[in-house]
Amino acid sequence: MVNRVITGAHYGLRDWLAQRITAAIMAVYSVIVAIVLIWGVPLSYSVWRDLFSQGWMRVATLLFAASLAWHAWVGMRDVLMDYIKPTGLRLTLEIAVLLVLAGYLGWTVQILWR
Amino acid sequence: MSSAAKKARPKYLSLPAILFEIRLPLPGWVSILHRISGLLLFFPFAAWLLYLLDASLASEAGFEKIRTHYLQMPVVKLALLVFAWAYLHHFCAGLRFLFLDIDKGIELRTARLTSALVLVASLALTALVAVKLW
Repeated sequence: MVNRVITGAHYGLRDWLAQRITAAIMAVYSVIVAIVLIWGVPLSYSVWRDLFSQGWMRVATLLFAASLAWHAWVGMRDVLMDYIKPTGLRLTLEIAVLLVLAGYLGWTVQILWR
Repeated sequence: MSSAAKKARPKYLSLPAILFEIRLPLPGWVSILHRISGLLLFFPFAAWLLYLLDASLASEAGFEKIRTHYLQMPVVKLALLVFAWAYLHHFCAGLRFLFLDIDKGIELRTARLTSALVLVASLALTALVAVKLW
């Protein structure tokens, strides 16, 4: 029987699995973007703007940002659980991580659809 | 916390011990660097990249300012290089962990070999980025 701690994990497979699936999504996106940047046409403002005005690129980038938020949340919580022992401080930092990630996600949406 | 986790155990983890006495094997280096690079990518690099994306897409003037001025500053290039290493190491080490998860490469010899491969590959790719930057 596991004693449940509010600042602990969910003691389950879900986040572990989510971290790996989101990692795969971000890896595929990264490789595609790297290939486009290295072997695509030389980057100018119009090329750059047109790339990010395509619907698929916006959706893919949003998917990347959402994956990053979930992935980083699991990873940062692991780090905080390992190194920050006082419950109050850990909870505060976990909330800070969540707020930062929510901010990143909102910023991404704002950049993509302005 | 469970009672097993609360039981007092002898510890020997002073800072000098961590810095000078504990010798990590190569897979241990890959692991702790995966953690450190992940932390750096979460903050500050993700925020920095969003700032760059924002400014470069906002207007042509913003795009040109970043390309011809901001990204030419040595300290910015250096930061970009650190970002490149963190991303590449996190990427390569993460790929290795995915294979470990499905029980590929868990024999000691293979695990040491692949961790050396991760460290070398990410540094080599970072060097390529450096060549492209300067």
